[in-house]
Formats: sequence, C-alpha cells, structure tokens
Amino acid sequence: MLVPISWLRDFVDIDIPVELLAERLTLAGLEVAQLRYIGVPQQHPPGLRQPTSNHLVWERDKLLLGRICEVRAHPNADRLVLAMVDYGADELEQCVTGAPNLFPYKDQGVINPPIWSAFAREGATVWDGHSEKPRKMTLKGRELRGIYNKSMVCSEKELGISDEHEGVIILEHDKHYAAGMPFADVLGDVVLDIEFTPNLARCFSMIGVAREVAALLDKPLRYPSCNFLAEGAPISEQVAVDIREPELNPRFTLTLLRDCQVRQSPFWLQHRLKLIGQRPRNNIVDITNYITFELGQPLHAFDYDELRNRAGGTPTIITRLPQPGEKLETLDAVVRELNDDTILVADTAGALALGGVMGGGETEISDRTHNVLLEAAAWNNISIRKTIREQRIHTEASTRFSRGVHPSQAILGGARGIELMRQLGGGTVAQGVLDAYPKPPPTVTVALPIARVTKLLGMEVSLDLAADVLRRLEFAVRIDGDIIHATAPDHRLDISADPAVGQADLLEEIARIVGYDRIPETIMADEMPPQRENAPLLIEERIRDNLVGQGLYEVINYRFTSAQTEARLLPDNAVSSLPDADYVTIANPASSERDVLRHTLLGNMLENAVNNARYNKAQQVFELGNVYLKKDDLLPEEPLQLGILLMGARHADWWGRGESPDMDFYDLKGVLESLLHALHISEFAFQRGTHSSLHPGRSADLLIAGERAGSFGELHPQVAQRVKLTAAKVIIGEFAVAPMIEHARRLHDIAPLPTQPAVLEDIALVVRADLPASEVEAVIRQAGGRLLKDVALFDIYTGDPVPPGKKSLAYALTYQDETRTLTDKNAARIRKKIIGAARHRLNAELRA
Amino acid sequence: MDKSIDDIRAEALESLATITDSETLAEWRGQHLGRRGAVAMLFRNIGSTPAEERAAFGKQVNALRGELDRAFDERAALIERQQLARDLESDEIDITLPAHPNRRGGLHPSTRTHREFQQIWADMGFQVYRSREVEADDFNFTLLNLPPHHPARDMQDTFYTSDPRVLLRTHTSPGQIRAMRELGDNGSKPIRVILPGMCYRQEQVTARSEIQFTQVEGLAIGRNIRMSDLKGTIAEFAKRMYQPDARVRFRASYFPFTEPSMEVDVECFLCGGKGCRVCKYSGWLEIAGSGMVHPDVLRNGGYDPTKWSGFAFGMGPERITMLKHGIQDIRYFWGNDLRFLRQF
Repeated sequence: MLVPISWLRDFVDIDIPVELLAERLTLAGLEVAQLRYIGVPQQHPPGLRQPTSNHLVWERDKLLLGRICEVRAHPNADRLVLAMVDYGADELEQCVTGAPNLFPYKDQGVINPPIWSAFAREGATVWDGHSEKPRKMTLKGRELRGIYNKSMVCSEKELGISDEHEGVIILEHDKHYAAGMPFADVLGDVVLDIEFTPNLARCFSMIGVAREVAALLDKPLRYPSCNFLAEGAPISEQVAVDIREPELNPRFTLTLLRDCQVRQSPFWLQHRLKLIGQRPRNNIVDITNYITFELGQPLHAFDYDELRNRAGGTPTIITRLPQPGEKLETLDAVVRELNDDTILVADTAGALALGGVMGGGETEISDRTHNVLLEAAAWNNISIRKTIREQRIHTEASTRFSRGVHPSQAILGGARGIELMRQLGGGTVAQGVLDAYPKPPPTVTVALPIARVTKLLGMEVSLDLAADVLRRLEFAVRIDGDIIHATAPDHRLDISADPAVGQADLLEEIARIVGYDRIPETIMADEMPPQRENAPLLIEERIRDNLVGQGLYEVINYRFTSAQTEARLLPDNAVSSLPDADYVTIANPASSERDVLRHTLLGNMLENAVNNARYNKAQQVFELGNVYLKKDDLLPEEPLQLGILLMGARHADWWGRGESPDMDFYDLKGVLESLLHALHISEFAFQRGTHSSLHPGRSADLLIAGERAGSFGELHPQVAQRVKLTAAKVIIGEFAVAPMIEHARRLHDIAPLPTQPAVLEDIALVVRADLPASEVEAVIRQAGGRLLKDVALFDIYTGDPVPPGKKSLAYALTYQDETRTLTDKNAARIRKKIIGAARHRLNAELRA
Repeated sequence: MDKSIDDIRAEALESLATITDSETLAEWRGQHLGRRGAVAMLFRNIGSTPAEERAAFGKQVNALRGELDRAFDERAALIERQQLARDLESDEIDITLPAHPNRRGGLHPSTRTHREFQQIWADMGFQVYRSREVEADDFNFTLLNLPPHHPARDMQDTFYTSDPRVLLRTHTSPGQIRAMRELGDNGSKPIRVILPGMCYRQEQVTARSEIQFTQVEGLAIGRNIRMSDLKGTIAEFAKRMYQPDARVRFRASYFPFTEPSMEVDVECFLCGGKGCRVCKYSGWLEIAGSGMVHPDVLRNGGYDPTKWSGFAFGMGPERITMLKHGIQDIRYFWGNDLRFLRQF
C-alpha cells in the first residue's frame, strides 16, 4: 500500500526523518519496500543505508507557491495566454503558457476566489515536460512569440508528481497559503510503499499505519472527526435493512445524503488519491475510496432513487445468499454466476452487489445521482475469500474484507464518509444511522503474567513498559499484581481468546514495539536432547563421496515428469520393469511435461544426457533422489534411488595418448564394485540383466544379499533411438539405496599384512566361448583354497590356435601362506589342483 | 727400474686429469691400479730391490697407490657429477604442455551447501530429521495453524495432487509436526533438529523462482527456550556460514506457525554492508524466516504450550549458494548442465 507521509501527519506527529521512520516500520514488521520522494530532499541519517534517489528536489528559493491573479490573452498567439503570477515579489510576473486549464480564466479579470499554482523562477530546475524520457532542464529566459518570458507555472509532470502534462497545477484556495512560500512546503511529500503480511489487516489504512507510528514513536494518535451534520428526515423512515446471514454479514449500516451534486473532487482529494495510485472519478465515488484507504473501512454508495424505483417505494436492503441460478452484473460489466455461498446485497427486486467485493451496475452512482445511500458493513473474511477465488475478482474492498475488518469500524467509516460527501457535494444528511448489528464479535481479554514475557523473550521487561506498549496500541490495560489483563481494541480481530495463543499475540506486540534489537542474543541454556546417529544419512553421504571420488558429478533433477516421458523408456512389446504403482498426479501442474512425480530416475537423467551431449564428449553423472510410488495408502512411498549414467570417451583427449575408447558396460560395473567395496558390502553378485529399458545381452542385475537391488548396462537401442542418444553408447543404471544402507558394514576387520613372500603364477585355460568368466573364477578359487590369495583375469583370447567355439582366459594367480614361505613344490600342488578342477568341472584345457 | 715412481705418478695424474668419461676412466684404472697396472708392476719389482732399500721402496709404492686411489675416486665423482648434469639437461621436458586430464567429479552445489549447513548445525546439537515430500494437507497447513481459507495460504502456491487431501509440501515445516510426534515422546522430551529437503511451489519458472527448491528448517523445543536463544543461535550460525564478524538483524514478520515471528537479515557479505545492487543498497540480505513456535503448533506436536516453548527457522540453501557464487539464474540448479556443475 502506498502511504504518503503528508497523509500520516494528519493523524500523528512525526519528528524523525522519513528514512528513519521507514526503518523503524520495517523492523516492526511493516516492511517499507520503497520510498518515493516528491520535491523534498532525501535525508541520510547516520548508520542508515539506502539507495540514492535521483528525483527532482524543488529548490526552496526557485520553486514557489504562486497565486495566479489574472489570465490575459497573448497578443500574438491564440494558443498561448499570459498568466499574471503573484509570487510574493513587488510586481506580478508574467508567464507565457499554453496550459488549456487556464483558458477558462482568460480575460475574466482578477480571479476570485484565488487559484494557486507552482511557480518556477528563472534558473529553477524542473523535468522537461515535453520529453518522452525523464530529462531535467533549467529555466532560461527567452522570447515566446514576441513576449519575453523567464519563468513558468508548472504541470505535475514538470515537478515529478505524476505524468500529467495536460495543464498546469491548479490548487484551490487555502487559508494557509501565502504567495512566495516554497512549493516544497505545499506539495512536497514522501510516499512509503509498505508491504503487509496477512496478520496486519488492521494496518491496511492510513490510520492503521499511523497507529503503528504513534506506538513506535510514543506519540498520541489523532482520529479524524466522525461527526456529521444531519438535518434531514430520519433515515429509518427512508430505508430498511434485513440481514439474513449474520455469520456472513455481522453488521450493515446505512446513511443517506439527499440533494447533493455529483461532480469533480477538489484538488486535494484528487491529489491524495493519485498519490496512492487511485484514479479520481467523482466526488461521491472518490470519497468511498478515500475512506477505504484512510480508515480501512470500505464503503459502497448506491443511487438511492434507483433503489426507490426498483422497490416502488421505500427500499429494503437485504443481505442474503443467492437463489438457485441467480446472476448479477457487476460494475465491471461482467454477468456473474453466483455460488450458493456467495453473500449478496439485494433489495426486494433482486441482487444489487457482491457483498464486500463489488457493486452492481444498475444502482451505481452516475452524473444524474442526487440522493446517495451509503453502505458501511462488515463481512466474514473467509466468505469474502471464497468469493474472490470463485469470481476471480480483486478490489480494494475485497482485499480488506478478506483479511478481516472489525465490525466496529463500519460506524466510523459511514459517518466520516457521509459528512465528507455533504461537504464536497452539498445536500442534506438524513438523521441517524441505520445500524443492523446482529453479530458483534466477542471482546477478548488476555491475562499475561509479566514473568511469562521475561521467560519467553529472554529479557527483563518491566510491568510498566509492557503495559505502556499495549496502551500505545490502544489495548485497555488493567494490572492485577504481576498480571496484565489486556483487552483488545475494537479495530483488532487478531488477538486470540485462547489463553496461550493470546499471550503469544501480546508477546509479539510487546517485542515488536520495544524492538527486536533490544532482545539479547543468548546461548540455549536448556537441556540438550539425546543425540542420535543418523545411519541412512551417513551411508548416503558416503555413496556421494565415493562416486565423486570416482570422477562422477552429482545431478539433481526435477521430481516431476510425465507418464509419456517414462513410457518412452519401454521398448515395444516389452514387459515394463518400472515400479508397479500408480503415479502421484499433480492436479495443477506447471506444464503437461511435468504432471506426475517420477517412478524412475532414468527418464530425467537421459534428458540431462541429451542436453549435455551437445557440449561434452563424455559424461559421468549420478543422482541420489526419491521416486514416488502411489499404492494403497493416502501418501505414496518415497524410496531413495541411485542413478548412474556414463556416456562417451573413457578418457579425456590428451596429447600423450591416442583417442580414447568409449565407456561400456564394464566401466559402470567397475564404478559399482568400487562403491560396494567402499561400503564394505560383501554379499553382492551380478546376474544377467532383466530391466526392460536395457540391452538384454549387455546388462546385469545387481543382487545384494541375494535380493535384486537394481540393474545397469547399455541402454536398450530402441530407447536410445527414441531419446535421440545414439552418438555413443549410454551406460546407465538405477539401484535401490535401502539395501545398500542395510548391508553396508559400519565395522569390518582388516587382514594383517603378510610377512611371507607370495608366489606369482599365470595360467591360461581354454574353455567354451559362452562360459561365463565368473564360473571359471569360482572353480579356480574353490580349487585353490586358502592359499590362493588373488585371481586376476588379464587376457581373453579367441582365434588361432584356440579352436573355434573356445576362448582362452589367462589368469594371474597369487599364492601365499601367512605362516610359512611357500616352496615351488607347494605352488605346483595348488596349480595341479586348479588345473584338475578346471578340466574336470569346466572341461577346460591348459593352454600351452 | 724403467721409470721412477715420481715419473709414474706424474704421468698417471696427468692422464687422469684429461679423462671425462667413465669408460676411459675404467681403462685408466686398469692401466694404473689393475692387477697388471703400473702400481702392481712396481710391487712386483720389490723383490729385485736391494734389501736395505726395500722397506723405503715399499712405503713409496704404497703411498703412490693410495694417492692414485684417491685421485681416481675424486675423478670418478667428478665425472659422475658431470654426467648427471648432462643427463638432467638432456632429460628436460616441456613443462608447459597440458597436464593429464584426470577425472574430477563433484557434488551438486545444493548438496555442498546442505553439508555446510548440517555441519554447522550439528556442532550446535541440531541433528538431521528427514521427512516426506508428498504430504497430507493437514501436516502442510492445518496442523501448522493454517486452516483452510487462512489468508496465509495465499502466500504459498501449492501443487495439489489428484487427491485433494494430498499435496507436495510447500515448505519443510510439516516435518516439525512429524519430528515432534516422533521424537517428543508425547511432549515430554526436548528436541533439536534440522529438517532439510526439497519443497515445491506452483510458480512461474524464471531466473529468480523455481517450482522446486530446497529448504533447511530448524526446530528447538524445550522447557526454557527463549526468543533470545533464537537470536543467539542464528547469530552464531551466521558467523560460521558467512564471516566471523557477520552482523545480523531481526525484523518483525509473520508466519502462521510462529509467534512472535521474525525475518533475519545478515549484513551483506558482498559489499560489507556498504550497499550494493545485490542487497538493493540496504546493506542487508534476508537469510531466514524464524520465530517462536506457535502455541497451536506445539499442541499439535503433543506439547503443552504453557510448559514448553520452542523456536523454528527456515532458510533457502539455493539463495545462499547463489549469493556466494554470484549465480544469476536459479534454473541452473536443476538444469544439471555439466558446464555449470564442473565449476564447483
């Protein structure tokens, strides 16, 4: 909300720089996002940092309040006139101007009552009114169609008040005005842009902000007068009110002004509305807006005669729920279908307005209106919120009512509104206020022991100070021993009757106004809770560290995807290996490609790979993240998965080496084995892959403790085609993290370092070409027994002289005994056993 | 006697001085100190030396051998040094050629920041409590003092699922309720946890806003937790996270689940608080929302708010990472462009 400091000063004296005030408000929870300066200089209080404003500062000796005494015709130009300005000098200054709003005064003699404007002397700096872009210029004397001119009367644009450049500023006479006073003292201003959190409904007006200012600065708050001069026939004879839903409409008040004139508002009113970003319309509508902003009480004005016409006599205002199928055309010319819980203002002939939100077109104020019926009501904020949402309609009234306006404010707003209408529109106000108030909110009193304040704030706050702060915020305070009994003022709905919550409410007010900066910084003296080890997190972090150590980069993807994206992972006619669960479906997705939560990490990782393939010869990445499996429970399972993707050159290009081969299945197998070893998981194995998204002949399943814990291998060529990743083979895998956490050993024994020399030996076995290498190794290990410490496959050979259908596997074997030095004879015995077992069980031949 | 000992010495030392390689040196050694060398020949002559001169002669030959041995060792050491110097020179490589590009790997920047957070909070006794991402409306809102139609629900644009009771958590705060219920033992035990994790909001994805982001929330519950403790604890965090003399300030604010509530600003570490574009010339950067746990929330967690109190705070690791590394576009985080990830 935009808050001109000049308006605040109506209600509270401010004796600190605006910049400091803004800081105080911000710290107290009314965040001042920006200051807009109009004519007055920015101040720089010590210790305060702020952006520098480059607005136009009105020079106090050059930009003056001038009285336009007379407007004369320009002798040489029809479209120019001569404004004769009294700026406090001995002689009148003659300004040549083309301002159309001075033409009505041309050749009319001395203007009475006087009008005033901003007068710029020679040498004054103003904005260039004719420039599209902001440009400052300095006034210099020159001839305009034969008349020398060295000063001017200014438009709002030239002074930086608004973009208005159609005419010059014309102020109505005011008894404080004197010719030649600095113009900065007339319209100089600073406008605060304040952002309100939802709990600050009570601050959503000038008086609401002023109240905070008064409490912060410890100044008295001046309320505007809410008396009105009423000389007409009593209102009760002229209209009736019927509230059918007191829960939704706890209060409805009416006042009536007869025989007024709808016309343009005076400068001061238009100026204030424009400062806060509102467009002036006519005096009656402007006043409803003005009161909305000034007091926070939205008003609605009806054309009383229209109501009489509709009723065929004395109208009755009814607030009620809609009838089935009922519609209403609102002021914005939209015909609205009404929900059955939308509260309406109606009369006997039908709906008139969306209560608290927007009026209807038929009874709105027009140029022909003479009699104004003014509504000031209170509405249930949740009901208004529903209406806003259903009708997608936001007005200044609905913004306030949806946050909560205390019903007590209606009577003040109505009274002040009708009196201002009488003053600015003339006419006679009917006596009395028609006040239907079936549902006053309960009065809330909170008991707050002062010890509780000290205990919860961690700071000694005296009973007197706490009571004083609450009084400044207009609580009624009674002190009983060490307990403050504070009764919430009648502009607040946010103080809870629940004792504990009410205390917290008061505590916040005390802390806020005393200042959060006054609360000390302490170290918790409270008991330390039991500390627990977080094993899953520890293992996860070890997985991350290990994979990073192996040269992989961690990625984190959107959890969102679409069913179609994941369906692409499934080759034609395949039985899906993706989880058998429903999707968590987003009701309001950001886009159709992101309308479910993923079942697998693979989809998004492949998308990353497509993007990265454009700029990278090789990719080695992993992701640790949840997938979301909707089953029978209300909430889905969220298992943690590990995804790994390798693609492209195994080694980066380097001048000292030839071109690198691409990574393949065995690279990922190696990454995985290193990881499992690092986690000290011993019970793992690989078997032929079963994952539908992987090449069936070039993939494997990982088993941990005999259970399938994931799959990896070459991406199925059909899937690779679909996702357009064919430049290199994509090696990818996805694994469940839970079994890794479960089987990772936190403690493991290490082997003592050998003291005896090892015997090294190579053997080459010729076996069936399709015999899995793991079987050969298993036989060797079994036959080698305790003394065979290591088996390393170092060569695979097919071709001459190895017979067709056979392959030669060459192993480096290490024999070692912890307790003695092995002799050649010992080694030969082991070797013989191995060869024998291989021959017998694998039909293997020793290769010569 | 063909040559005198002196002649042999002079000749031997003269020839030794001209030797520059180890092969010639070995030859020299054979000629002079070998079994058939000049010195050996002299020894052989001892027998033919008159008896009375024999002792003196033997002494002289021994002295000659010692002298030539030393000279040889010196020469050998010299030649070795020279050879080494030549070898070193000829072994020279171009050290400006590109290094072998080792695979490096790296953690995601978000993980890095989370680890930093977890480390600092662990040192202050706050342990990690992780909580689910797909949440019940109750836990995300109602139990946190945000009943249906509460105005503050507008502050958060929520992703709902096809079941209107279920949503993607908009903050890590529902974990507060779960932590209190799980660890609080019916409101009888103190708690100090942080709740890190992914959150979701239905927003336009731009350089400044994302539909998914991580949060770290902290929660301390005890019999004597004070607002001053909240200030002190967060100030301590800021000193470790930003700089040892980081100043913080606390602004009144509003969150439905805390009261009193406050925003925490840290003095801008980019400009030292002098004012810059990033801190919008205020000298302050907003780093956390915080407050005393609302009595209703304590109750919903099983605690009696007249006997227990607590504080909570929430921070955005991505924002802090962006500030620290000058990242201009939040979309980098889940874009997973290796050119971005390699820079950490």
